[in-house]
Amino acid sequence: MTVSDDRNTLIRGARVLGAEAQDVLIEGGTIAAVGPGLSAPDAVVVEADGQILLPGLVDLHTHLREPGREDSETVLTGTRAAAAGGFTAVHAMANTFPVADTAGVVEQVWRLGRESGYCDVQPVGAVTVGLEGRKLAELGAMHDSAAGVRIFSDDGKCVDDAVIMRRALEYVKAFDGVIAQHAQEPRLTEGAQMNEGVVSAELGLGGWPAVAEESVIARDVLLAAHVGSRVHICHVSTAGSVEIVRWAKSKGWNVTAEVTPHHLLLTDELVRSYDPVYKVNPPLRTEADVTALREGLADGTIDCVATDHAPHPHEDKDCEWGAAAMGMVGLETALSVVQHTMVETGLLDWAQVADRMSFRPAAIGRLGHQGRPVSTGEPANLTLVDPAYRGVVNPVGFASRSRNTPYEGRELPGRVTHTFLRGRATVVDGKLA
Amino acid sequence: MKRHLISAADLTRDDAVLILDTAEEMARVADRPIKKLPTLRGRTVVNLFFEDSTRTRISFEAAAKRLSADVINFSAKGSSVSKGESLKDTALTLEAMGADAVVIRHHDSGAPHRLATSGWIGGSVVNAGDGTHEHPTQALLDAFTMRRHLAGAPDGGPTRHGEPGDSSGRDLAGRRITVVGDILHSRVARSNVHLLTTLGAEVTLVAPPTLVPVGAGNWPCEISYDLDAVLPKSDAVMMLRVQRERMNAAFFPTEREYARRYGLDADRMARMPGHAIVMHPGPMNRGMEITAEVADSERCTAVEQVANGVSIRMAVLYLLLGGNEPAVGAPIARTEESK
Repeated sequence: MTVSDDRNTLIRGARVLGAEAQDVLIEGGTIAAVGPGLSAPDAVVVEADGQILLPGLVDLHTHLREPGREDSETVLTGTRAAAAGGFTAVHAMANTFPVADTAGVVEQVWRLGRESGYCDVQPVGAVTVGLEGRKLAELGAMHDSAAGVRIFSDDGKCVDDAVIMRRALEYVKAFDGVIAQHAQEPRLTEGAQMNEGVVSAELGLGGWPAVAEESVIARDVLLAAHVGSRVHICHVSTAGSVEIVRWAKSKGWNVTAEVTPHHLLLTDELVRSYDPVYKVNPPLRTEADVTALREGLADGTIDCVATDHAPHPHEDKDCEWGAAAMGMVGLETALSVVQHTMVETGLLDWAQVADRMSFRPAAIGRLGHQGRPVSTGEPANLTLVDPAYRGVVNPVGFASRSRNTPYEGRELPGRVTHTFLRGRATVVDGKLA
Repeated sequence: MKRHLISAADLTRDDAVLILDTAEEMARVADRPIKKLPTLRGRTVVNLFFEDSTRTRISFEAAAKRLSADVINFSAKGSSVSKGESLKDTALTLEAMGADAVVIRHHDSGAPHRLATSGWIGGSVVNAGDGTHEHPTQALLDAFTMRRHLAGAPDGGPTRHGEPGDSSGRDLAGRRITVVGDILHSRVARSNVHLLTTLGAEVTLVAPPTLVPVGAGNWPCEISYDLDAVLPKSDAVMMLRVQRERMNAAFFPTEREYARRYGLDADRMARMPGHAIVMHPGPMNRGMEITAEVADSERCTAVEQVANGVSIRMAVLYLLLGGNEPAVGAPIARTEESK
């Protein structure tokens, strides 16, 4: 480790948010100076010629699996994966065992995050008891706990009862909370295995129609407008969903949305292999959906990228499609996929990447100390990226405990060389500190 | 010939014709007093059935035994599979026992594909029906039956009812085949669309719109909701089994309405061309998709299809495991002479 906790750091020649090269001096957890030709004799120097300096990335949608499924991920391994991917804050989803539907569980996750030290862990609380969609969980108690929960989600399951959804949207207004909806109409997706369309018809796999997502989003933006609440839509995956969110925003309604890296790149054609590494919820869609999602992220209809990092043990993917678990790991490849799909296609510049992967998600989650500008006096949560790097994804090197990446063997651009959490390096020269 | 038979889509026209021609040779063996060939002596065929299917299983079993293979029947029920053993561990077990071919029936679409491509086993994999995906040997036996009836006359045309003929070397070019029923859940329909199209036939699927998969518009076939309009233009009409449970999932209002709109009765059969045949993969729901009168008529080939299934499965196992020697040839003659 070349960067120790008690020494200052001078990042030299980094293109801050992709702009002109600058020097950035970090002192004791804070950005002390930004400008050309800085000198700091005692500081550890990071030569960042040609690299991009971003605010530390913030993930709104991470499955850390602890408590309950420590065989697939723990808070420690998950936050190490997050740091390796350039993240300084992640939101831990509530579908653990036990479910994070009480102050006790969210505080446990929050405490494990503090102990890990690799990345801030902001727990997400369940909307309903046991994610069962029937009875509101103690949302206020979770908010008032040490974890200070602001985002509530039954992710993995949809809050499909319109009245429960309405009440949840209304109730969390008291403490500026937001409901993050996993939009999946349950009846339309009984036995669903993949996107419903040309490929599912051929493969004979149960179809997951786009309308099952879109109809719930349409209902929820209308509900949010009616009760004057904000609503966040998790992992938008269809062209129709983008249109509905765009329409809702045009009305001035308080709607935000996220897209996963894999929905920006992969399509249901990959399912033809029947390889469960491509089995995910929501499912991979079509090329037309991918195009619409990229456009939506570019024009701001979709606010942010969220990984939906979903680790699973090997045996849950090394099986037949129908028996396999849904989900993909994503923390360690997210920025590369965004560079590949959005930056190198000219759809986003690096300042907009900072917006979609740091500023906006931090604002949605109301994380005051994350997603801040790279300027003097701000907390030193920073990510340094080498955009010229090209490498083939090899999950053997992952910090995550799980290996279920759909990108194995694929060449992707960009590499996180350094990550700083409040001035302390969690990644140095591409390796966990 | 390829190493596995997973999908009818993997077969070229020449592959398909070779299998059908080989099945014709196998069918001639069935007419002999001793219905057995030494071709696969010493080879092991495992019937790995995760779903109950007595008909398909015994058809494969009869086929393998007529080729003198050792047959192991592995039923998921009452085995380690029902105690939670994975497909992978089952496959590794069969591999360790030296299975040369695994005939797999599985409730999950794609399971045979996984078995063949995952590196778990080294032998051949034959798909005996996977979920709602494919059932390629059923399509082959259907095509075999059609070819005998619709191209079995000396001039390559249709034969008289009840008198199928040898149509070796021919395909089904220009024949109009109608498949009626639950297309959405049918692996038989999917395999037939692939295979019959490859053999040059024109396929029309008929079903209520609820039982046609979204996305089927891309298939190389016509789709119709009107059975009566299609019947006069059909050389063969294949009726698919409609499970009564589908009614509860609102695919159609009642059994009676289904039978009225999509069932084949004598009046409808009379609208088919004189040479046209009625097919059914079985088991039949008499009174639902087919009336007893039609099922028992000389135009219905359901029982013949079962017999042809054994010949087709013999041909498939022979071609996958055997080799380049003629399936029914001199070695057999010597065997018989030596007795």
